[in-house]
Amino acid sequence: MVERTLIRHAAIAALLAIVLGVAGCASHKPKPSAGAGGAGAASSTEAAGAQGAGVGAAASASGNPDDETAGPQAGLLATRIVYFEFDSTEIKGAGTEVVGAHARYLAANPTARVRLEGNTDERGSREYNIGLGERRAQAVRHALLLQGAADGQISTVSYGEERPAAPGHDEEAWAKNRRVEIVYLTPAAPAKQ
Amino acid sequence: MPDRYLSFLAVPVWLRGAAWPRGLALLLAVAAATPASASLDIEITSGVRDPVPIAVVPFARAVPADGGLDVAAVIQNDLAGSGRFRALERERMPARPTRAEDINAAAWKAVGSDYVVVGSVNALPDGNLALDFELVNSLTGMKLASQRFTGSTAALRNAAHRVSDAVYQKILGVRGAFATRIAYVAVGGVAPALHYQLVVADADGANARVILESRLPLMSPAWSPDGQWLAYVSFETKHAAVYVQLVRTGERRQVSARAGINGAPAWSPDGRRLALTLGGRGGNPDIYVLDLGSQALTRITDDPAIDTEPAWTPDGRSLYFTSDRAGAPQIYEISLQSGSRPRRITFGSNYSARPRVSPDGSLLAMVTLEGGNYRIAVQDLGSGSTRVLTHGRLDESPSFAPNGATLIYSQRDGERGSLATVSSDGLTGLRLRASEGEVREPAWGPFVP
Repeated sequence: MVERTLIRHAAIAALLAIVLGVAGCASHKPKPSAGAGGAGAASSTEAAGAQGAGVGAAASASGNPDDETAGPQAGLLATRIVYFEFDSTEIKGAGTEVVGAHARYLAANPTARVRLEGNTDERGSREYNIGLGERRAQAVRHALLLQGAADGQISTVSYGEERPAAPGHDEEAWAKNRRVEIVYLTPAAPAKQ
Repeated sequence: MPDRYLSFLAVPVWLRGAAWPRGLALLLAVAAATPASASLDIEITSGVRDPVPIAVVPFARAVPADGGLDVAAVIQNDLAGSGRFRALERERMPARPTRAEDINAAAWKAVGSDYVVVGSVNALPDGNLALDFELVNSLTGMKLASQRFTGSTAALRNAAHRVSDAVYQKILGVRGAFATRIAYVAVGGVAPALHYQLVVADADGANARVILESRLPLMSPAWSPDGQWLAYVSFETKHAAVYVQLVRTGERRQVSARAGINGAPAWSPDGRRLALTLGGRGGNPDIYVLDLGSQALTRITDDPAIDTEPAWTPDGRSLYFTSDRAGAPQIYEISLQSGSRPRRITFGSNYSARPRVSPDGSLLAMVTLEGGNYRIAVQDLGSGSTRVLTHGRLDESPSFAPNGATLIYSQRDGERGSLATVSSDGLTGLRLRASEGEVREPAWGPFVP
């Protein structure tokens, strides 16, 4: 019942998915750009004004390492979201191909970098869901590494249930929210590998 | 704020779940001057079967020095909102005395009020206000309590809550927690374009003030033991980081932005340390304790499972936390002495998470899965018996009032998240609803001097 997960064996699950090559049918449509949430998030936080004294303004995220970029758009690379079943961190079906395409791209483009953003549906306690979202992000990370991406190209963050892609509180919305988003960041400076 | 006197109808708990005649939903708008998304409406959803009948007579006012605040209305809302009292409607009051000596006890007994609260607000020569109250038992005619509070006009509402605290304690024998504050997260917009606010308000939802805003998630607010600071998690840098912020000034400091998860901050009872969850680059969440002075970091758990949501015992010697090391999330306790091993505490459900310890250390509140619904439960740490207190589908984030008598938590109310309270015996409850958007993750602050 619970969105609890199994990815203690994330690497194994990911490996199995790859080895078995559950190619599935390729009915995936490119999801509208990366991160549904990505667009709004790009400009980081607003300074809080107006609301009276003592409002702490969340600092702006000006750190270059986190700047997002459009990234590659050809074919499967335009798909940036990997979905998960309830209570699962297993990458399967269309997700396997998507992850494979990004792995090949990262392997071929050593300066390319991605941030993997793990998400869950809204059920269960919030901080525990942060842990579950991280497991999903790590599942994708391991799958990318196994297929040739380098560790330095990948970072992860888990938003748990805090950043739903779809509003609503039913299975349809939950299915869209159990996901990892692959967000391309500005390439690393060549000198720094 | 308009003068609106509502007859609070405490609804017996056994009526809960029955269809609500619309007219019975009692809504009281509070905090009219605050941002819309942060203002809360109060709705009493259940009360004890035999609440104490009390009359809070309009106080003599000091116009305009009192800033237009109806002190008696604040007190009446506090007492009725606790579910433990039933307040007499003003139009049914036989008289409007403002001093105990002017109370005709028989007349109040005749209208069914066992207790009468009277008082006055007076402007002092130094510009401050004095708030005096007296509590009289109308059955015996005896004066049970009287007290004077002095302070600025801005502090008058807080003084009214202190009157409520005193009345509650005198009659029920438990310290009231009305003059305390809550923090919570308010969320506006529609997914995926949400925005997040960290809000601090009086315990009754009034005086809501946004202390932080972000377009990326804010979560897990936690009060310092002195009630001056909030710790919380912000994703404003696109990474999780834990901050501590001085509520009064907004001054804040990032205390943990290590690789991976930085979450679930909890202040030690002495206020010098934070327990928190760190995931590291490999993404394995474990519990750590960070010394805020020395920055020294001590690892408390080391397990491939998700270990998170630490909560201190009142003596500061051990932590409760959530772990799925047995497959599904359950609550464990671990001593902070090095070499200690965790002891599993919960067994009654296949999902028990987010522990919070009552101030006296006797009860553990948690989120538990019951028949497919997430609900708030309380486990007696002595006997081990557990009781489910709430009846929602997605109830979460329980937080004890500092007197231990009440819990505040969040619930999903149709499409929106709202806050609700329930007494730790499950008998009384009320709902605090945002006028728009949703509110969640309430944290009840400590008693403050």
